[in-house]
Amino acid sequence: MKYVDEYREPRVAQAIAGRISRQVTRPWVLMEVCGGQTHTLMRYGIDELLPPAVELVHGPGCPVCVTPLEMVDRAIRIASTPGVIFVSYGDMLRVPGSYADLFQARAKGADVRVAYSPLDALKMARANPERQVVFFGVGFETTAPANAMAVWQAKREGLRNFSMLVSHVLVPPAMRLILSSPGNRVQGFIAPGHVCTVMGFSEYEDLVNEFRVPMVVGGFEPVDLLEAISMLVDQLEQGRAEMENQYVRSVNYVGNVPAQVILREVFEVSDRKWRGIGSIAESGYRLREAYAAFDAERIFGTADVSAEEPAECISALVLQGLRKPLDCPAFGTRCTPMNPLGAPMVSTEGACAAYYQYRRHA
Amino acid sequence: MPDSAMPYNLVEPVTFVCPPALAPGDRIVLGHGGGGRLSAELLRDIFLPLFSNPILDRLDDQAVLEIGGCRLAFTTDSFVVNPLFFPGGDIGSLAVHGTMNDLAMGGAQPLFLSAAFILEEGFSIETLRDVTRSMARAAREAGVSIVTGDTKVVEKGKGDGLFINTAGIGIVPQDVRLSANQAQPGDRVLLSGSLGDHGIAIMAGREGLEFETEIVSDSAPLHDLVQAMLSASTQIRCLRDPTRGGLASSLNEIAAQSRVSIRIEESALVIRDEVKGACELLGLDPLYVANEGKLVAIVAPEAADQVLRAMRLHPRGVDASIIGTIHEGRAGLVSMKTVFGSTRIVDLLAGDQLPRIC
Amino acid sequence: MCLAVPGKVLSIEGEDPAFRSGRVDFCGVRKTVNLAFTPEVVVGDFVLVHVGFALTRMDQEEADRTYRYLAQIGALEEEDFVLREAGGSFS
Repeated sequence: MKYVDEYREPRVAQAIAGRISRQVTRPWVLMEVCGGQTHTLMRYGIDELLPPAVELVHGPGCPVCVTPLEMVDRAIRIASTPGVIFVSYGDMLRVPGSYADLFQARAKGADVRVAYSPLDALKMARANPERQVVFFGVGFETTAPANAMAVWQAKREGLRNFSMLVSHVLVPPAMRLILSSPGNRVQGFIAPGHVCTVMGFSEYEDLVNEFRVPMVVGGFEPVDLLEAISMLVDQLEQGRAEMENQYVRSVNYVGNVPAQVILREVFEVSDRKWRGIGSIAESGYRLREAYAAFDAERIFGTADVSAEEPAECISALVLQGLRKPLDCPAFGTRCTPMNPLGAPMVSTEGACAAYYQYRRHA
Repeated sequence: MPDSAMPYNLVEPVTFVCPPALAPGDRIVLGHGGGGRLSAELLRDIFLPLFSNPILDRLDDQAVLEIGGCRLAFTTDSFVVNPLFFPGGDIGSLAVHGTMNDLAMGGAQPLFLSAAFILEEGFSIETLRDVTRSMARAAREAGVSIVTGDTKVVEKGKGDGLFINTAGIGIVPQDVRLSANQAQPGDRVLLSGSLGDHGIAIMAGREGLEFETEIVSDSAPLHDLVQAMLSASTQIRCLRDPTRGGLASSLNEIAAQSRVSIRIEESALVIRDEVKGACELLGLDPLYVANEGKLVAIVAPEAADQVLRAMRLHPRGVDASIIGTIHEGRAGLVSMKTVFGSTRIVDLLAGDQLPRIC
Repeated sequence: MCLAVPGKVLSIEGEDPAFRSGRVDFCGVRKTVNLAFTPEVVVGDFVLVHVGFALTRMDQEEADRTYRYLAQIGALEEEDFVLREAGGSFS
């Protein structure tokens, strides 16, 4: 596959890993933010290629993982309403809420369906005018434009039976939280490549300038991540703290303007709860007033569904990179993908699940 | 700049108190049919304890029964595939091939099948005729007869169109003993061809994917290939066809039953470009995608090359390769050396593999 | 959620920019993709696709430059490897 295979070339990966080994003179702690990047690191065993001085910790970049309990509870409540077709991305179906997950809701009779794209949900709404179609709009900024466009198209067409349960989260506020935490050990960040494809990277440049920490926008293939790591190590070794872009084939400073336009049109920034962390101010999206008719929370009145996030859970520490999954005493024993105790074990992109899937005995 | 509204204090040591796990559900979920951990749990928690006997407990794809000096292989299977018709086959041909292959994995010559149809009220009779025609052709071409059957009709809304249940019997030669509990450290792992063709052919229709070169299900009878392999060597320990749950599930089952670990090489796997592309697009791992015309063989090291040669000479084994080795210790662990030389674990998934978007 | 895959645009249809869509090829797999966010894309371009939408036109010049650079370091690595094997010191 063009633009993919060449970034999986083992010889190239080894060459860059070799270069990193030669660059490094002391230990550095780096974080990759995006769950898709964590997945690649685990799946290809990139940490085995890196010198021990480079430590990778995994950030909260898994929107499935960080979807709060109460949002899943609301999803289940809506899905269980007679007449509703509840449509979701596949990963969300196994995320546990307070008492159940969407798969179990389906087993009890809810019409829960998986879609590859929010446009599929629109199709279902058009094909089933007598049913209420609700789409579970989860994701970071990468996915938000698609979800926004679905709502925008629905309004344009005057669809009366389509709505979205919005649970979008934004990356920069989470990174700000990590950087502000007194226990923060992370010295350099690999910024999320596809989020930046949409949003550009000016927000990350602001963080670089404020916290004096180097950041490199990284892609998702092994060579991308190794190249980004090499660029970070270079900066750290030279005492620089700058914003750089490794993922030049997909990312530029400004980002995707039409996508940003639709985001601003349909969504506004709001506070959001993050599973295992709690509420972070201005860290998510909600539908604007003009699109209230498509807001599933309003239509189905789910404001009364709330859940207490557990007070202390290592999830939060893992999500902030302060602990590794293997550090947790429950990892692999009481807490497994089959019986997840916390967010990072829930989704295949979560750090704990990735460790469990690929590196358990490492 | 510490934020005073931090949800909790990170400086002090935290005692690891995790929230209670979700109680296991009391209902069947789709994942129970996925061939992964949930399926295994159903077996372990319900069927095995209640049905237990030495033959069943071996958990092979077929039961080999000693009756009057004859070794009879006996198997059953159900087919619930949707869509009913897909590139390369349909629920009917799949039913015939799938049942025959379960028998063939025991080294049996498949002889007779049964076919029971559960039809939903309102199902098209013409479609039923098409499926039956396809089954008849598949059986004829493979040299088996469908000798008994049954038909039931359920009310509209209770049946998803058509379900087919089959049973099959065949004869296993006296000197052929294949079972998933016979893998030994040092044995080699052989795979008969490309991975993921069937699962992707099925998904394609559902996900609106089209292919330049159409991905066609590999649904096919394998007993002939198996005979060729058994003729080449008496040191084949075990055969498995990696259907639902893919290669990963079959290897995990063998590793668990034989109490060994298995290590395979990513570079030895054959995966068609279009299958790779579809997996990339949907976020699927080809190791977990179903195959319906492939087999995995565990073979003694000294016999591996000659078995491989025999496979490659057969039309259903042209892409066969040696993909890995059985190791001692870490019973049940399946791992893979990536193209990078690093190691990743190939675990059983909980249920079905879900397309991911992250 | 960041799984996005690059593909080549084979054909485009739709006048209305919001509904403009393309037939995109991913290594032999074809899918219809919404091009609302990439109005500048023409047939033959590569796009990065996520949940049915093109997020960006892949910058071919940048990518080709990177590819040549990568091929170089891959080749250098091989050279380096060969030299090391032969007992040469080359850092």
